[in-house]
Amino acid sequence: MTRTDTRVGPATARPTLGRRRPYWTGRRRDQLTGYLFIAPQLVGSAVFVILPLALVVWYSLHEWNVLAGTFTFVGADNYATLADDPNLGSVLRATGLFSVGLVVLNLALALLLAVLLNQKLRGTTLFRTLFFSPVVVSLVAWTIVWGFLLQDNGGINGLLDTIGVAGPNWLRGEGTAMFSVVVVQVFKNVGLNMVLFLAALQAVPGELYEAAEVDGASRMRQFWRITVPLISPTILLTSIITVVGSLQVFAQIAVLTQGGPGTSTTVLVYYLYQQAFQFHHFGYGATLSIVLFGIVLALTVLQWQLRKRWVFHES
Amino acid sequence: MSSGKGTRVAAAALAGMLALSACGGGTAQDSGPASLRVTVWSANEAHLKLFNEIADEYRQNNPDVTAITFDPLPFENYTTTLTTQIAGGNAPDLAWVFESSAPDFVASGALVPLDETLKKTEGYEYDDLSPATLKLWQHDGQLYAYPFSTSPFGVFVNTDLLKRAGQKTPAELIDAGQWTWETVFAAAGATQAATGKAGLVIRDFDYKGWDYLSTYWTGWGAEAWSEDGKTCGFASPEMVEAMTTLHRAIFTGKALPGPGTTADFFAGDAAMTVTQISRASLLEDDGFAWDLVPLPVGPKGPYAVVGQAGIGVLKSSPHAEAAADFLAFLTNPTNSAKLAQFFPPPRQSQLTAQTLAKTNPKLKPEQLQRVVIDGIASGVVKPSHTGQAEISQQVRAGLDPLWTPNANVRGVLDDVCAKIQPLLAK
Repeated sequence: MTRTDTRVGPATARPTLGRRRPYWTGRRRDQLTGYLFIAPQLVGSAVFVILPLALVVWYSLHEWNVLAGTFTFVGADNYATLADDPNLGSVLRATGLFSVGLVVLNLALALLLAVLLNQKLRGTTLFRTLFFSPVVVSLVAWTIVWGFLLQDNGGINGLLDTIGVAGPNWLRGEGTAMFSVVVVQVFKNVGLNMVLFLAALQAVPGELYEAAEVDGASRMRQFWRITVPLISPTILLTSIITVVGSLQVFAQIAVLTQGGPGTSTTVLVYYLYQQAFQFHHFGYGATLSIVLFGIVLALTVLQWQLRKRWVFHES
Repeated sequence: MSSGKGTRVAAAALAGMLALSACGGGTAQDSGPASLRVTVWSANEAHLKLFNEIADEYRQNNPDVTAITFDPLPFENYTTTLTTQIAGGNAPDLAWVFESSAPDFVASGALVPLDETLKKTEGYEYDDLSPATLKLWQHDGQLYAYPFSTSPFGVFVNTDLLKRAGQKTPAELIDAGQWTWETVFAAAGATQAATGKAGLVIRDFDYKGWDYLSTYWTGWGAEAWSEDGKTCGFASPEMVEAMTTLHRAIFTGKALPGPGTTADFFAGDAAMTVTQISRASLLEDDGFAWDLVPLPVGPKGPYAVVGQAGIGVLKSSPHAEAAADFLAFLTNPTNSAKLAQFFPPPRQSQLTAQTLAKTNPKLKPEQLQRVVIDGIASGVVKPSHTGQAEISQQVRAGLDPLWTPNANVRGVLDDVCAKIQPLLAK
């Protein structure tokens, strides 16, 4: 074969290059391998995360009329609209209310369930499965079923009726609508946090409790002084996941209340959906999504900064 | 590769993609083989079968059109889905447009004017189109969408349920000159009390789709906004009176199921429902005994309300010319007569009880005459306005406090006007 011929040709033409170090040194090879390994992830996040993010910033500086097909640069006009938007106050209030309600209820219930199901009793596996199962159910299907249960003549009020209580019109009352949406979401996702807490609880060394018991600490004191500090990294993790998730709630609102009654459940994501996709203000919708991005980023950074204060140890 | 060079390459790629995404919606025309996509709201098999038969016939004579697809989008989010497709650069070639978004589509320049294509099509008989049905779809003297369906609202009645409650049938009430909202509410409330089923359902209203209430308040001479669209009508004395009566019928008379309660007439859960005649297809052959009658008479006398839908050709389509040509074929006199069984046509020559009866086996000639033909002739179109989605959302939120037992009707309606007047005046 002529394999050697092709390699010899250029080398003999430039004999002086013989002393030069080859381009593919071991170090370069290692670097290339490294880049190739991270390339899929890097390309993926560039195309699906960084580029859309940059586009949203770009869109927020434009007035984009989808029907007319016009895309006009308007500078900071959308941000000026934001400052004057009479609905923004109630939207942020609804968003805050939903987030606080969800985080408090979800974490408290998840921790309670985890502590209860961490006991060595018969049937705990069954209950763990039961509480976790809503996590794998389709969100929209779950919400639609709850929508039927929460109707004025639905299952919840039917149950209340049997014990002689006249239930409210859950999804139509200003106060009860938000509460209902929060509870539906808590039941949907509490299982996930519960499992994370369970894993954390099982990692707490048993001898610490034995020592505490010898010292005469009550169960409550053991919980606050041993359990909580040792599972604090998990509390941080679950609270970040839950806060960020709560700010992105959409399907539940769209299915259950469409932002009503009034605007009492119009949270930020739903409002930006209305502005962009229903009212065709895509530029303003993009501006609102930047506000959402800013809020999520700020809260995440804040929680991360605060971890030194409330996280007992970091592995 | 040095990091500086990498950054430059990434920046160039990003800039390229930004530019690409910003230039969506080009209007390049392509005269080659065309594949047309039509977005429609109906996924009804019978509707789609007829559409496809007409499309196949068209393609036999127009080999350049390689495929015509009817793409059903869900009714509830139809307009949102359509505009999202347009925004994403995936616009259909032809689109069904509801009356509520007609002003936005017609005035925006998103659609192609159709007059020329329709008029030059052989045997089209453009002058046969009723001018009243074209009005909503015209802008600056040009027609931007063909009024594909002009469907009057009527009242479907479950006569079995009314008889079981010892109530008179609508036919008897009409003969006695008593088919008024007052007697309808009384009969509905009595049926609810006697049978436990819902009395009257204004279909698709569900305490959110407030524009469907125009089928009711028009009887009081009330309107959502003035004809020029500039002045809010919710605080007018007629509207206050209409809404006070409705509020009483819901919360005192129990004539309508309350907020958050659903009842489907076509499943036998309600005695009466206000809806469009195209819903007759939902009636089961071996179901309950039923009748279709015109809307009850209001204090201002008899009236009719129609819902409309048009089909337009998107300007962004690379095959706009072929699409317009297909639309002319789809709506020519022959095909219009075929489509009339589902979608009342705007052609005056076809709006006779005899013609409609041929294709509407479920409806009797007098039902067609009273509800469809008379309804189209005198009907008021459901409210529509430029920027309707935003106005509609404000009205929906503003009316929510009305749907509680102790609501202050006048106060709520004043608030609605305060909310939407700035949008109407834009």
